[in-house]
Amino acid sequence: MSISNRREFMAGASALAGLSFLSLTGCNKTNDAIRVGFMLPYTGTYAKLGAAIENGFRLALTELGDKPYGKSIDFYTVDDESNPAKSTDYANKIMTRDNVDVVIGTVHSGVAMGMIKVAKETGTLVIIPNAGANAATGSMCAPNVFRTSFSNWQPTHPLGKVMVENGHKKSVFVTWKYGAGEEALASFREGFEAEGGEVIKELFVPFPNVEFQAILTEIAALKPDAVACFFAGGGAVKFVKDYAAAGLKSSIPLYGSGFLTEGVLEAQGADAEGITTTLHYADGLQNPKNLSFREAYREAYNEEADVYAVQGYDAGLLLIKALEETSGDLSQKTQAIKAMEGAEIDSPRGVWTMSKSHNPIQNFYTLRVENGINKVIGTAWEGLEDPGVGCGV
Amino acid sequence: MDAATFFIQTMNGIQYGLLLFLVASGLTLIFGIMGVINIAHGSFYMIGAYLAWSLMGWVGNFWIGLVAGVMVALVLGLLLEWLFIRFLYDRDHLQQVLVTYGLILIFSELRSMIWGDDVHSVPIPELLNGSIQITENLAYPIYRLWLSGVCIVIAVLMFLGIQHTRLGMMIRAGESDREMTKALGINIGLIYRFIFALGITLAAFSGMISAPISSVFPGMGSQVLIVSFVVVVIGGLGSIKGAMIAALSVGLIDTFGKVIHLDIFGINIFPEMSGMSIFALMALILTLRPQGLFGREH
Repeated sequence: MSISNRREFMAGASALAGLSFLSLTGCNKTNDAIRVGFMLPYTGTYAKLGAAIENGFRLALTELGDKPYGKSIDFYTVDDESNPAKSTDYANKIMTRDNVDVVIGTVHSGVAMGMIKVAKETGTLVIIPNAGANAATGSMCAPNVFRTSFSNWQPTHPLGKVMVENGHKKSVFVTWKYGAGEEALASFREGFEAEGGEVIKELFVPFPNVEFQAILTEIAALKPDAVACFFAGGGAVKFVKDYAAAGLKSSIPLYGSGFLTEGVLEAQGADAEGITTTLHYADGLQNPKNLSFREAYREAYNEEADVYAVQGYDAGLLLIKALEETSGDLSQKTQAIKAMEGAEIDSPRGVWTMSKSHNPIQNFYTLRVENGINKVIGTAWEGLEDPGVGCGV
Repeated sequence: MDAATFFIQTMNGIQYGLLLFLVASGLTLIFGIMGVINIAHGSFYMIGAYLAWSLMGWVGNFWIGLVAGVMVALVLGLLLEWLFIRFLYDRDHLQQVLVTYGLILIFSELRSMIWGDDVHSVPIPELLNGSIQITENLAYPIYRLWLSGVCIVIAVLMFLGIQHTRLGMMIRAGESDREMTKALGINIGLIYRFIFALGITLAAFSGMISAPISSVFPGMGSQVLIVSFVVVVIGGLGSIKGAMIAALSVGLIDTFGKVIHLDIFGINIFPEMSGMSIFALMALILTLRPQGLFGREH
């Protein structure tokens, strides 16, 4: 195809540009530098998430000072464009050519899977600051791959409990027909049925289609006690607005994973009022760590921190644990991994630890949209641990 | 599914189909009449939506914003035709795809620079903000009904314009034989510039009027591009009537595919494979009628 040829050509050209830059700065690996690679989306739909993650990560590292353990920290960056087709190329570029000690990445699950495949060969440490694919800390798990965000299993799992507590036993689940949506549905069903709830119908929209009218008509005809859903970004805005416009908001309460209202509340406006979600972070958490983190972030970047910034920040905190244990020498991989496995991260979201399969064991909070903000109304689940299905580590 | 639900779903399908027609109509004009494959069509839909968001926010009025947005799109279309597209008429489709693909990249970067990467929403204008209660718990937004009306009006105008006006006659003449039409003293270059600008404006206009019921976000263009091509290919290149019938079929199949449960030989077809339904329809039509429903044989 002509399109992919052109894209490859451009990728090649930018790689060449990168190489010539490197030859000026010198690319020999030395022991007096800690080499950190960012493999994140810097363009495209997820560009904002990539920037927030890098900002959070750098903020965490400032507490190390300029020369931790007498070493400088060198940063290498690759824009993965959230394009799974190029993920192994980009992962090779940063892990082999730039020869980094640790890679921070990425946002898109498909890209993360490609990255993990490469990391399994190179043995490079990987810290995933967002991508939620269950397999990353499940069937694809590896000793050198860690995650500081969540697995797709996690955010919708506590939702069922919250719904049953609110008296909703019959529910419909709506999502996009794609990996993350189906993983979210499976874990919702598990959590909801365990509490005695019943999913009376699953409704799918092809990804990333946002024509919901047929689904909404079906919901009105089914008359469930409540609707649970998994959407994010533009689709989340549209679903919430259409749901309200169809008049369903007043008769059938809407629930969702926290991404339904994360970062898009302003666009959703009054239509989002009253929506209940579960997430591992909320802007309004009142613990001292979160307050000081938000203030430091605001001061450094002149904008408000979001959940992605927190996940990036925690990736930084996790790396610091490895640096402390190895006195800044990440080539001592066994010690570094051990330190990260045993880490107790004092995060803005609350203290969390690593599960056996390298995914956070963390609290999930119940949030409700009130006056245009996600208000914390309680803890839905203390220390929720992903089962890590298929992981033999 | 009871009768009332069936009726509402049919209405949903028609309403979605009409909207698809509006988006695809500009593509069928440019593709069918001028023979230019414009894969940047979706970008203009996105630009329309962002224009609506920024202009309507700026002047604070939906209708003024809409008129201003249409003006901007028209000028943009004329300019682009003059700068790039007019060099493509005699080139093959591959080069057309390359140039218009370049436009996608440029517009996506420009959008990022001018408007950022955030998701936005456009409020529904006061006049049309309301809904009609149709069952005990389901309401139909008036804005969606208005939107369907607009789509029908534009379809009729396009049909009449091409079939029954002098300009339409010239356009059809140019479509059959460009050189001959030129020899008759008709400024075909100017007509093509106008057609291209019109096609772009239709895409941007559908982005603008969809903005209040859609959300405004970076990837919205690529979404409509694929389904627009499906509509144009099913309907037959250049046929307004074909595009209308194809858009309505796609709308209905997409709608019912999402909610009907259908098993064939124990394999769940709907809703499991509803994402493929419109492509299956396209494959079927192309097997039976390679030129599309109302396309001329080449």
